[in-house]
Amino acid sequence: MMSRLNLWLVLALIITVPLSLLAGRVWLDPLHPAILGALPILLELRLPRAALALIVGAGLGASGAAMQGYLRNPLADPGLFGIAPGAALGAVCSFWFGYSAQPFLLPIFALIGAGSAMALLALIAGREASVALFTLAGMMIASLAGALTSLAISLAPNPFALSEIVTWLMGALTDRAWSDVGIAAATVLPGLVLLRIAAPALDALTLGEAAARSLGVNPARLQVLIVLGVGACVGGGVAVAGIIGFVGLIVPHLLRRFTDHRPSALIVPSALAGALLLLLADCLCRLLPLAGGELRLGIALSLLGAPFFLALLLKMRREIG
Amino acid sequence: MLTAHDLTLARGGRTVLDRISFDLNAGEITAILGPNGAGKSTLLAALAGLIVPETGRAALAGEPLGAIAPTTRARRIGYLPQAGEVAWNLSVRALAGLGRLPGRGSSSAAEDAAAIGQALAAMDLTAFADRPVHSLSGGERGRALLARVLATGAEWVLADEPLAALDLAHQLSLTAHFRALARQGRGVVLVLHDLALAMNHADRVLVLGKGCLIANGPPAEVLTPAVIARGWGVNTEWLGNPGERALVVRGG
Repeated sequence: MMSRLNLWLVLALIITVPLSLLAGRVWLDPLHPAILGALPILLELRLPRAALALIVGAGLGASGAAMQGYLRNPLADPGLFGIAPGAALGAVCSFWFGYSAQPFLLPIFALIGAGSAMALLALIAGREASVALFTLAGMMIASLAGALTSLAISLAPNPFALSEIVTWLMGALTDRAWSDVGIAAATVLPGLVLLRIAAPALDALTLGEAAARSLGVNPARLQVLIVLGVGACVGGGVAVAGIIGFVGLIVPHLLRRFTDHRPSALIVPSALAGALLLLLADCLCRLLPLAGGELRLGIALSLLGAPFFLALLLKMRREIG
Repeated sequence: MLTAHDLTLARGGRTVLDRISFDLNAGEITAILGPNGAGKSTLLAALAGLIVPETGRAALAGEPLGAIAPTTRARRIGYLPQAGEVAWNLSVRALAGLGRLPGRGSSSAAEDAAAIGQALAAMDLTAFADRPVHSLSGGERGRALLARVLATGAEWVLADEPLAALDLAHQLSLTAHFRALARQGRGVVLVLHDLALAMNHADRVLVLGKGCLIANGPPAEVLTPAVIARGWGVNTEWLGNPGERALVVRGG
């Protein structure tokens, strides 16, 4: 059975996806006969791009919801807490293994990087720690991964790869092919399944770790599910689209009021709304007139997300103080 | 029957529980007492099957807790940790619904709803069912957390200092609810700090001192000034009549 919230989100996606295919530098009129001539644009450029936005957004949204539930911290986000930077570090390291092996190694390294960052965070989260400690630990992992990524780039063996890495890191969905969609789907979709399996245990964790264990939750199993699930969702997303932050922060926060506040009730809606948000943001980037190309998706979401994060912090401060 | 046999547990090279043995009966309120650091919370967690002892064992109806599958154990022993943390602002109904997690998949939605409704009614929370937990008072919150344990249908209710943060009226109200649970045949085990509460309301007390069991029995018999002096190092005297005793501290 589908909840009313999910139904609304699916409906929004059904309306948005076809519209997003028509929008762009070249607007397509579905009623005009020239639409047939534009089919290559649709099939080879816009369709894979929309598919990527949906898959990557779903992974980021669900990961954010799962991380918030697992860490019991409404500020958790794969980008802010170092999971996406960890994936980026892994991906950049793959450039060291030569150009020929790189397309095949990059997603694997990104997955390992994201999984390791999540495992490190979970290691700290394994003990009963405060929201503040988790937030600091996440920020620490993020800045460490960022620093190591800069180091790896500055030591890069091939200077031609350098500029490519830097632009890719900024996060975008431009000029992606169906092969990228394949990589994203093969990693993100299994990740979503793992997070969905972990969901009931996240509910029990609302009462703290001891109470969750008294409800029959196996913390080690939950940790494995979260590390693999978030690792696959975020690693796969970063591998094809670079770092896109704040989706996992914004989406669960906006949706929580429409649910009964159980973490498990947020996973699927966050995946749907994450897909919707990224699709809309990508359309906006495509349409905004900007000299020398288009606004990078990762930058756009950071511009949107940072003030959001600040507003959230101020709200929490009011509630605590 | 919930039993401890020769229960011994060390943490960080320090013996926290030292060869503890006792039998607890269903239908009774048992209070675990002792000064800070005596091992009360550790003992309760071991009785809930959350901590595995080095030697000895805790057992439910003769079956060692370690041999019972976690979800089965969860349905038979409910455990309320000390902090009573509720991370998200669930409704009271959703909070009680968390108690249905161990039986997930084996009960229908209607059965779940009925069990949750009964648990809320037993805790006088029916009118609060749709209230967000973070808007409740301390006493209401304590009852909501207990409703979660009841929704599981657990025959044992283990609670770590459930009365600590409550004012007098709420302490008495929650104590009355614990008594009602015991009367229904459930076993209730509480870690308490208030000796007078234990004296007046418990059927049995376990007194811990430095990880050892120094007294075990009905409070009127074992919670003597001598035991209190040994456990807490304070000279005291009981005043009043049975059932409404008050503890006073004697100088020197």
